[in-house]
Amino acid sequence: MDAEAAKLIGAGLATLGMIGAGIGVGTIFGQYLSGALRNPAAAASQTGNLFVGAALAEALGILAFVIAILLLFAV
Amino acid sequence: MGVVSGYFGLAGAALSRPQIAEGGGIDPIHQFAVHKVIGLPKIFGADLSISNATVYMILSAAALIGFFWAAGRAKALVPDRLQSLGELATDGVRGLVQSMVGESGARFFPFVFTLFSFILAMNFVGLIPGAFTATSQLAVTATLALVSFLTVLVVAFRVNGLRFFTKFYPKGVFWALALIVMVIELVSFLMRPLTLALRLFGNMLGGHIVLKVFASFVALLLGAGGVLSVLSIAPFLGAVALTALEVLVAGLQAFVFAVLTCVYLNDVLHIDHH
Repeated sequence: MDAEAAKLIGAGLATLGMIGAGIGVGTIFGQYLSGALRNPAAAASQTGNLFVGAALAEALGILAFVIAILLLFAV
Repeated sequence: MGVVSGYFGLAGAALSRPQIAEGGGIDPIHQFAVHKVIGLPKIFGADLSISNATVYMILSAAALIGFFWAAGRAKALVPDRLQSLGELATDGVRGLVQSMVGESGARFFPFVFTLFSFILAMNFVGLIPGAFTATSQLAVTATLALVSFLTVLVVAFRVNGLRFFTKFYPKGVFWALALIVMVIELVSFLMRPLTLALRLFGNMLGGHIVLKVFASFVALLLGAGGVLSVLSIAPFLGAVALTALEVLVAGLQAFVFAVLTCVYLNDVLHIDHH
């Protein structure tokens, strides 16, 4: 296989890692909403945890993105 | 009519900027190129030249100092809009540090606030069309992450001494399992600066690539002529919406960086609370 083609296919495959980040971020916000609707009084105190959790889950998707960019432009 | 001519003026400006590659394709990565502005001699093999990233970091810092100088000048009992904005920012971060680290964390407020506001300023300056985003450089975000990580490390050893290492050893666990957990805890602790740097870098890089790709769609469709020129309004509206999203992301990533620094500080200040 041509090396350039392999690079592009690899970058495309690397973006699949974002599926996991999407599931993770979706779970966090969904669980937060269901919890916040059950107990709205406690919701405001948990927004910090919400964003930290979302950021931690999102970071793994960002790793996949960085690998895709590295394959496209740096390798 | 003014709206329409304004739209074509904007799109024309996008067309004249060098975002269409030589072959006519889309070149979204060109905007991140670092080049020397003022060349300086190497010192101990390190190139200390002023690059465009350095220029925009200095600009961001200057804008920040200017803003807080203007906001803090009046010191009025009933604040005006500028002073309210400054108070909102400082009080917000102070409350964050207090709720995340506790009373003993008050002395870290200046540090966390400096990190937060500097990252916020760099992100916002980068959103100005044509400006360079300093936080889209891994070297910049890695430096910021290392500053955060090394501060946490120094605080950890100053507060706990060598007892700090007990943080990694889980209590009340069979020793063989505890050793495995210890290795995992240690690795995850050492990975922190890496994820901190990559998160900010990746978000800024990704956001600006998407913006540039949408701007290129507008330019390419306008250049195609006929019905396609009219269709270029769709990616133009998309670019406007994405810019709004990027403003949110710019604030959110600065906030997340500050929150995670607080979480890591809290982690080493209260090692017995696990």
